Amino acid sequence: MKPAPFDYVRPETLAQACELLADEDARAIAGGQTLVPMLAMRLARPNRLVDILRLPGLSGIRVDGDAIAIGATTRQAHALHDPLVAASVPLLARALPWVGHPPTRNRGTVGGSIANADPSAEIPLVAATLGAEIVLTTTDGEASMPADEFFIGPMLTSIMPGQCVSAVRFPVWTGERIGIGFHEINARKSDFAFVAAAAQVALDEDGRCRRLALGIGGVGDRPTAVDVSQLIGTELETKAITEAVTAATADLDAMNDLHASADYRRRVAIALGTRALSDAAAEARGEAARSALQ
Amino acid sequence: MKVELRVNGQTRTADVEPRKTLLDTLREDLRLTGAHVGCEHGVCGACTVLLDGEAARSCLIFAVQADGYDITTIEGLAPSPGELSVLQDAFCETHGLQCGYCTPGMILSAHTLLQRTLTPSREDILEAISGNICRCTGYGQIVEAVEVAAERLRQSNAPRAAQEAAK
Repeated sequence: MKPAPFDYVRPETLAQACELLADEDARAIAGGQTLVPMLAMRLARPNRLVDILRLPGLSGIRVDGDAIAIGATTRQAHALHDPLVAASVPLLARALPWVGHPPTRNRGTVGGSIANADPSAEIPLVAATLGAEIVLTTTDGEASMPADEFFIGPMLTSIMPGQCVSAVRFPVWTGERIGIGFHEINARKSDFAFVAAAAQVALDEDGRCRRLALGIGGVGDRPTAVDVSQLIGTELETKAITEAVTAATADLDAMNDLHASADYRRRVAIALGTRALSDAAAEARGEAARSALQ
Repeated sequence: MKVELRVNGQTRTADVEPRKTLLDTLREDLRLTGAHVGCEHGVCGACTVLLDGEAARSCLIFAVQADGYDITTIEGLAPSPGELSVLQDAFCETHGLQCGYCTPGMILSAHTLLQRTLTPSREDILEAISGNICRCTGYGQIVEAVEVAAERLRQSNAPRAAQEAAK
């Protein structure tokens, strides 16, 4: 399997990169861990690759107002071991070990995973769950777009020619008693998720839910935050969680493929969504999560 | 395009098409055939090399992207010609290979683990080689090889008293 021919350019600045990316047949490449397989299988055939990996200022993790901004070319392995991510966006830290393998995380970037928008990818799932903002840079400046507008289909995003994903802003939840949960089913650890569920919960002093988020990946054509807001104000009992997740996932469009049927995906989405929320609630209460039980 | 690559401590040049992977460039232009061609889309790990000491797929990086990195292939792991590294030797001793196709990748992935820690747990070892597929061994003896190598590396250069204490 060899890619079709293309030109390769490595611009010096992000502005130059955006100019080059204005050409519809050009594609940005950073870590290449998703794009190169697509090139090898000729599912992608750009005329030109614009290498943004070494652009100054595009890599790094910093506090940005009420969010943590992760530069597009920040390596997944770097984010996985970053203390700021662990402390402020623990859901991302929990999901990152599920992203590929150590050798692909050494090359793969956070922005690349977002821009490629694989429906089963974990970083887009966390972005959708938490309502992250995708920062898009053009030659005119930068603008940001909420994750649920950015992801529009399998490997499809709202990104336009001339735009480059330059960072992802993950919102930081403030206050005490915050818990997270993450579950995934796949054929082998680190392989593509058939179904993944990510949850984050915040409790008030009386142990009632004051804020929560649940996202489901791998089921439909994009990662999706589902509406379980009916649980706000409750004590997050397992029965109520199961009912809310069942209702919230009922109208998810599930994919049917060789690995898993649509029915299986829907059923597992309910189970994993319930587990992820229950784990998050237990963690927020200070109890040991039942993750280990699987 | 002309590329200048730093491979196993030497600067090498090649004239390649942009679409040529580092893997094919190593094998065809630089005659380093230790990195193996498996799936060519990042699944099997047979092509693993080290970029600045970290394991990476050489089939998922084009040679034109690879300048400036310190690239290590399996050929660069042994201390000198005709010798084996402690880890390579442990693979032989425990029969951590059968057909050998996955072995260079396995060894380089495990090598990066042992660079970080000489007391890896079984889970650490499984995680380190999780991106390398072996169809012969069932992995048991590969894990054993890494454990044996870790033990030997722990004891090398350690004073006798420390070795006794560790028993």
